[in-house]
Amino acid sequence: MAKSAFEEKLHSDKFLVTSEIGPPKGVDVSEMIHHIEILKDRVDAINVTDHQSSMMHFPSLGGCLLIKEHGGEPVLQMTGRDRNRLALQADLLLAYSRGIVNVLCLTGDSINSGDHKDAKPVFDLDSVQMLHMIRMLESGKDAGGNQLKGTPCFCSGASVHPEADFLEPQLIKFEKKVAAGAQFFQTQGVFNVTKLREFSEYASQFNVKVLAGIIVLASARMARYMNNNVPGIILPEEIIDEMETAEKGRGLTKGIEIAVRSIKLIKEEKLAHGIHIMAVGNEGVVPDILDQAGSGGVNQ
Amino acid sequence: MIVAEQKPLSEIKYLISPYKQILVLGCGTCMTVCGAGGEREVSFLSQALQLEQSMNSVSWQGFQEYTVKRQCSNEFLDVISDIVTTIDCILSVGCGAGVQTLARRFPDMPVLPGVNTSLLGMEQQPGIWDECCVACGECRLGDTAGICAYTRCAKGILNGPCAGNKNGKCEVNHDIDCAWVMIYKRLDRLGQLDKMRHYYSMRNFKVTPRQIGLIQKPDLAGESDG
Ligand code: SF4
Repeated sequence: MAKSAFEEKLHSDKFLVTSEIGPPKGVDVSEMIHHIEILKDRVDAINVTDHQSSMMHFPSLGGCLLIKEHGGEPVLQMTGRDRNRLALQADLLLAYSRGIVNVLCLTGDSINSGDHKDAKPVFDLDSVQMLHMIRMLESGKDAGGNQLKGTPCFCSGASVHPEADFLEPQLIKFEKKVAAGAQFFQTQGVFNVTKLREFSEYASQFNVKVLAGIIVLASARMARYMNNNVPGIILPEEIIDEMETAEKGRGLTKGIEIAVRSIKLIKEEKLAHGIHIMAVGNEGVVPDILDQAGSGGVNQ
Repeated sequence: MIVAEQKPLSEIKYLISPYKQILVLGCGTCMTVCGAGGEREVSFLSQALQLEQSMNSVSWQGFQEYTVKRQCSNEFLDVISDIVTTIDCILSVGCGAGVQTLARRFPDMPVLPGVNTSLLGMEQQPGIWDECCVACGECRLGDTAGICAYTRCAKGILNGPCAGNKNGKCEVNHDIDCAWVMIYKRLDRLGQLDKMRHYYSMRNFKVTPRQIGLIQKPDLAGESDG
């Protein structure tokens, strides 16, 4: 039996659509709730980022609870950067007890890229080890081998970088994640179709679902900034040039156009089993993108 | 090798401010090689402090200089036991292990650190040291082509690169090579890429202060049999 509505869809042939929201820095969750309301009936699941870019925020688990309260399907993003194996397991137990079972296991960005640069980086577990830890919990034992009272089960996923310039080590790690039980992958933002085609062909030998990451660019400046500063983002010059062609104040429209074009192509060529849209603060445009791409929606 | 850097003079002045007679104590091994606390640095440091003494009103009155062969070995500390009876504090420019060996050996004597012990390093070029080992007690260098993932990857990842490396450089510092790209290249070169496919399980972080002995422990089981 599927553990969640999202997992059920993973087993189907449906073209999957997920998106993400970033919790606020502070306790005013109104905007996050607004984003949940906009997205919950348009996507198959909503990821909640875990202290995005290593900046302290309202927790991912708290965001997932809010999604649940509002009738949406959450994906708990979990990084190893800030919590050791005890804290990670405890959060997973709480998540499961509240019906949050979709988990995306990530190593996490470095502390240095965030706003608490002097903090102690934890990194007790990397993403592969975190997946193994989940398998242990599902076997009824904690990571220390002790018996659990009540056994949880999860639908776990991980990330992969199809456009990395040293691809082979990424693929080796991808295979370790598959072996550790990852059921779905949400990729880093993809912009290079040739590389996505190659990856798609390679990944088709594994029994996992791949959702291609779509980043919605908002301006040429942001594109350049992300290219230089955000780990895991490699933007081809053509994309930055294309963003430059946008009229002043119309960058987001251009970003939407690029996102729509990519989604259409991915669907048409079957380059992935779905898409994961990262609107980076512009979550409100996701329904528009889906409409234009003729895609998504839990009922489609 | 253990690598350290001398503390700022202002901090050293603050540390020794309550004392009059000070022994500046160097160490003849790592600290001499890395240029933080050998005979030469002991002499420079006490000259600098004496200059301060001549220019400003300070409490300290006299400095003695000495450099032992190894501060972290009890046997090399006997030579300073007489000097220690004539001073108020030891300003050690040995590493953290040296400072603590002194503190244990001379229970009534304040021992102050004159250096910040920084890392276990390998020489990249004369005078520049790269951190390469954290003495974790669980060496996996045989699996990672002689490049420590735990120390040299900014996140200590054991199972392969994160998505952050670009042009072979680490996401944390674009001047530093990504440890996992280096490991990958070298394993490839050695024809051992299959080692990258192993799953490396969760580490044992061994949080209790560790102790190791090179002297064989007596075989207690054997004794009781006899
Ligand atoms: S870029 Fe390489 S060295 Fe830096 S954190 Fe990622 S895997 Fe580790």
